[in-house]
Amino acid sequence: MIYLAVIGLEVHTELKTNTKIFCSCKNEFNLEPNINCCPVCVGMPGALPALNKKAVEYAIKAGLALNCEINTLTRWERKNYFYPDLPKAYQVSQAEAPVCLGGYMEIETQNGPKKIRINHIHLEEDAGKLIHSEYGGSLVDYNRGGVPLIEIVTEPDLSSADETLVFLENLRALLKYIGVSDCRMEQGSLRCDVNVSLRKEGEPLGIRTEMKNLASFKAVHRAITYEINRQTEILNSGGEIIQETRRWDDQKGRSYSMRAKEDAQDYRYFPETDLPPVKISSEFVRQVKETLPLLPKERAQKYVEEYNLPQYDAQILTSEITIADFFDECVALFDNPKMISNWIMTDVMRKIKEHQTEDIVLPINAKNFTKMLKLHQDNVINQPAAKTLFEHMWHQDSKTDPEQLIQKLNLVQISDEGELENILKEIIQNNPAAADDVRGGNKKAIAFFVGQVMKATKGKANPKTVNELIQKLL
Amino acid sequence: MHKKTLKEIIGLLEKKEVSSEEAVKSCLDNIEKNKHLNALNYVNADNAIKQAREIDARRARGERVGALAGAPLIIKDNICTEGIPTTCSSKMLQNFIPVYNATVVEKLLAEDAIILGKANMDEFAMGSSNLSSYTGPVRNPYNNDYVSGGSSGGSCASVSANLAYAALGSDTGGSIRQPASFCGAVGVKPTYGTVSRHGLIALSSSFDQIGPITKNVEDAAFMTQIISGYDERDNISYRGEYPSLEIDHEFSFKDKKIGVPKEFLDLLLDQDVKAITRKQLDLLSDEGAQIIEMSMKTLEYAIPVYYVLGCAEAASNLGRFDGIKYGYRSQDFEDLIDLYFKSRTQGFGKDVKLRILVGNFALSKGNFDAYFKKAQKVQTLIKQEFDQAFEKCDLIITPTTPTPAFKINLDQEDAQSRYICDVFTAPVNIAGNAAISVPAGASSKGLPIGLQIIAPSLGEKLMFDAAYAFERIRQ
Repeated sequence: MIYLAVIGLEVHTELKTNTKIFCSCKNEFNLEPNINCCPVCVGMPGALPALNKKAVEYAIKAGLALNCEINTLTRWERKNYFYPDLPKAYQVSQAEAPVCLGGYMEIETQNGPKKIRINHIHLEEDAGKLIHSEYGGSLVDYNRGGVPLIEIVTEPDLSSADETLVFLENLRALLKYIGVSDCRMEQGSLRCDVNVSLRKEGEPLGIRTEMKNLASFKAVHRAITYEINRQTEILNSGGEIIQETRRWDDQKGRSYSMRAKEDAQDYRYFPETDLPPVKISSEFVRQVKETLPLLPKERAQKYVEEYNLPQYDAQILTSEITIADFFDECVALFDNPKMISNWIMTDVMRKIKEHQTEDIVLPINAKNFTKMLKLHQDNVINQPAAKTLFEHMWHQDSKTDPEQLIQKLNLVQISDEGELENILKEIIQNNPAAADDVRGGNKKAIAFFVGQVMKATKGKANPKTVNELIQKLL
Repeated sequence: MHKKTLKEIIGLLEKKEVSSEEAVKSCLDNIEKNKHLNALNYVNADNAIKQAREIDARRARGERVGALAGAPLIIKDNICTEGIPTTCSSKMLQNFIPVYNATVVEKLLAEDAIILGKANMDEFAMGSSNLSSYTGPVRNPYNNDYVSGGSSGGSCASVSANLAYAALGSDTGGSIRQPASFCGAVGVKPTYGTVSRHGLIALSSSFDQIGPITKNVEDAAFMTQIISGYDERDNISYRGEYPSLEIDHEFSFKDKKIGVPKEFLDLLLDQDVKAITRKQLDLLSDEGAQIIEMSMKTLEYAIPVYYVLGCAEAASNLGRFDGIKYGYRSQDFEDLIDLYFKSRTQGFGKDVKLRILVGNFALSKGNFDAYFKKAQKVQTLIKQEFDQAFEKCDLIITPTTPTPAFKINLDQEDAQSRYICDVFTAPVNIAGNAAISVPAGASSKGLPIGLQIIAPSLGEKLMFDAAYAFERIRQ
């Protein structure tokens, strides 16, 4: 039996405001434990929350980027539960009137573009972090407690693990684009719970399960695939899906039931009266809108129109804001967008992939990178030399002016005809058979001579000149 | 000397007829003599004397000093005082020393007041008798077999017995006004939001309000002025203007409309309270006030609304006392759940546990709409009814409590009958406006009886002027 997968997400993202959501402690948490703490964020008796408006602004920003409607009045609720990382035994969150309602994000799928609807985005405070001590017992670090968080809740519009991955990648890129979050999954600044159910074509939604503890996009993909298979097997053998929360074990590659629906916690949500509702004026929303940068789609369109780049190139260049910003910087310094684009899409992207960090870090700056491109364009260095130079700049020395570097590395192209002619003559002399082949019209033999000249010049010969000389001498 | 009012002692201090050290020592002597009242959880004796000497020295050097310079005051034990134990009269917080001062304490210290001690109270401010305190009941200074009232019982008994010149309490459903009435002191619940709650260990966030307890109305207005004001650390803090509360000594009741809720008078069972209330209303009428009997139909729902919403908030507010970060932790636990369970079971008293259970019941799935939501709707109706009443009158007057203080009986099981103590006071917390309790006479047993003057929201100026005039007329 073929089933259709129905997938919805709850994505938690930490906002990178300077200070926490309800106190003036710094929003930095991968530090010595419990140093960014005060009576408010460790839940001391008598302490009260004081709203950081920046957090609301960032949530609105995310909402606008995701085509949401912004609530004119947003309210706070308490979510009550006991856990040592939650010092007040309640989390200030939103339920009845979140900051953003509705919305969608469009993704590219095999069947063309698809809108994934957003149910809502709400603001809340993050909890601290439990550290299970090697000496026994557990320790708690409240540096993260009170860090502002948005929860983006989608409608169940995703239909495969692949699609979910595309959505998450686009979402992460978008949130980084608008500068509201670092979206570092390793550090927990982006977390994601997945709801999966199956249904037959034309039939209503099936029973869903919720998957937690997904520490990477890869884990999300694996967990969804696993869950679809698990549910398919149950349904095919005539069983029923139980509504439950499951925990993904990435090492074992399987999930385990955490708790069934009837054991679900009653969070006893009720209004948080320590915080007044926040009025959001259309004027404020307009102001926030003005701070939004060009979003990936719009920016790609601009690249196509202004720089005449192919749609595909533009899309890749704009997929990450770090890359797009780098491209823009380069274009401002060196007027050859296509050449810049080609280099970024091949060599730069390959380097980034080799490093495989969540955050894209470019060790080279636009100034020296474009200088290198210009040296190549002006035939001062040839293609292999340019690649050698790029490698050197990326891994060893990004600061020194490439003009000095090519001297130091001895990469300057040899275009001097006399010098190259002497070298070529010697090679012809030593390889009479091959020379005959060229004369006989064997094109492969031409390549042989080019290769030999390159070898003799350590790759610095101008290939164009060498070709011309071969034609002339043979 | 300890019998002076706050303004009197400040006058003597200013004129250097009395030193702060003398004032502090006089109060400390009196605290020693009145130990049997059990009014204080902590006496800050050494620090108070040290601080008094510093202020005396500054004054001697002619330096500028604050408006309360050298006056010893008592703070209720649910208001955080940096470096001074703050226990909420609970086993849960016996070892708790705050790392920061409540905003009101900062304001008092900025005026060079001296924190003389921390007042006993009902555990976590839950009660109207001060019988639920982990450190034992506070005795009524007028008759030691009787309760002080609560929850600010220690603060009110302290002022009444001249242990200090004024005190701070907190009022969630009557916790300042009711014990002030029982102990013959003046007690104020300011308009919700005008006194910062930052540093007040929360009972019910939407009703809690800090206020002063004093020996007379003028001191009450003076103290209210000092502790009021916008505070960015309390987001519900009132941002508008705070008028001067200086008493208008010429205030007259002539042509003032005084509303008297019929439903309240009907509730009066105690003959003494009934007689004194009638007598004082007649007195005001003689002064030219127009007494308007009015019907306020929603008032009978005030107590249920107060307990549903108040307990719900309390249940959540008290979640933080879990044995993890501060306060009591049970020593023999097996796992995390057991640690929570035992610490809270052993650390909280009976009344606290009862209210946590009631609150969580009202918040739980399946009950929320029937209890919490409904109570919220009725709260809105009560607010509206007060607003409508103040269209017809300037002030509303009721007795503060249905009975004078009752006998201390630690076996008293019937919590519900104690809740009736708040019947006249809790509606004001639900509506959020201001009220004051002023001594109005004594019962046949010689126990004080108070009169409550309720003002509209932000109507403190009128309230104090009227209360002052009433106080003077009575004398």
